[in-house]
Parts: sequence; C-alpha cells; structure tokens
Amino acid sequence: MRIPILKLHNYLLISIQTDLDDKTAIQFQEDLLSKIHKSGATGVVIDLTSVDIIDSFIAKVLGDVVTMSDLMGAKVVLTGIQPAVAMTLIDLGIHLKDVQTALDLEQGLIKLRQELEE
Amino acid sequence: MDFQSCVKINREWDIVGARQIGREHAKKIGFGTVDQARIATAISELARNIYLYADTGKICFEIINEIDRKGLWILAVDNGPGIADISQVMEDGFSTSGGLGAGLPGVKRLMDQFDIISETGKGTEIRTVKWVRK
Repeated sequence: MRIPILKLHNYLLISIQTDLDDKTAIQFQEDLLSKIHKSGATGVVIDLTSVDIIDSFIAKVLGDVVTMSDLMGAKVVLTGIQPAVAMTLIDLGIHLKDVQTALDLEQGLIKLRQELEE
Repeated sequence: MDFQSCVKINREWDIVGARQIGREHAKKIGFGTVDQARIATAISELARNIYLYADTGKICFEIINEIDRKGLWILAVDNGPGIADISQVMEDGFSTSGGLGAGLPGVKRLMDQFDIISETGKGTEIRTVKWVRK
C-alpha cells in the first residue's frame, strides 16, 4: 500500500487514511523524502485526522521523517491528531517535542506559511 | 484459563490484525474511544515485540464479566528467547532494536493490570487487563 502525496505550489500534502502497518510507514518515509527531493517543496503537511492509533513504532517513523525532511530543508507540520491518539502517545511516554503540530490542515498551512516567511 | 479468541503473530501485518480485533472486542464490551485506542495501542506494542524478538507467538483475548465490573484480558505469549532482565525492559527508553523503548513500560501505563513472566530460552508471557470505567 502506498500513501498518496499531493503537491500544491511549494507544499506537499499528505492525508493518511489507512491503518498504518510498519511497511507502509517505512515506504511512506522513503516516498516523502524522494518527493521533497524531486519537487523542491519547502513545506509539508501530514494530516492524521483519520488515524486512530499511533504506537511507538509509527511515532518513531513520523518523528524521524520530520527530522529527515528538516535536514533536507523542508518544514513538516503534523495536523489533526485525535484526542485519543494524543492521550495514548503521552501514556507511551512519547512527546514528539521537536515536531510542529496544528489542529487541522488549514491551520497547518497557515503555520507553514508563517514559518517559511520568517 | 481458556481464552476465547487468539490471533497468531507470524507476519508483520498480523500486528495490525491483532490490534483491529482487540479494538472490536473493546468496542463490544463498552470501552470509550480513548480506552479503545489505549487497548489497540497496547496490543500493537505487544504484537510488535513478539514479531521483533520471538518471530512467532499469539495474542489472546478474554472478556471478563464480573458482578460489579467488566474488562478485557489480553494475553501475549511467545516461545522466543525470553527476557533476561525484566527490570531493564520496563525502563523507559531501553531498547535493543533501535526503537523508542516505549513499548512495555507504555503498555503498563496504557492498561490497568500488568504481569510479565519470562524465562530465558523458553519464552515470555504477558498478561494485562483493562477495566471498563463506570
């Protein structure tokens, strides 16, 4: 299974709509980095509205992809983390401190624009 | 104790299968959305540990129906290498696989009861319970 990555101006938009298994998550990591490389995108929004579980492995993959994208010069914002997901992440002891987040896709794009204009 | 249903963990995809079945059980018993997510996440961590360290094993579910409370009992069993130092794996941030080391201590916090029995060379059994909040 591949997660679609959409390009909009200088941004890449991803909406994860599936229950993420490990392979799909790793594949997504690779796909996103190569898409950043090819498109020259400066900002990425990963929308997690439809994701109802993030375990420690998926959290690591997401945290890593943010750091990796940052190394390449693209800022990533995670959006739409559900209340139940936020609560379980904290129970797991995962704080994703260096990760930018926003309530929804719209807020995520606003945040990216602000960050990139600074 | 006989468990109602078990899911074998042989392949990576079984991790997703186990947590989906666990969530269905949780929903049926009457857990709220947050506890459903907690249970599914705990199962995911337990199933991944089996897949990563023991190759194969199983996750079993049993609904607990007592006079004054209901709950879900989850059992994770494998015949893997076992855990030599349990206190070490219960520490936050300890990992031998390059992960976050959040798995087992995380499961303990996500669930209400947590017991682990492990014998080197024989395998590991983790029993954990979540009670429905009233």
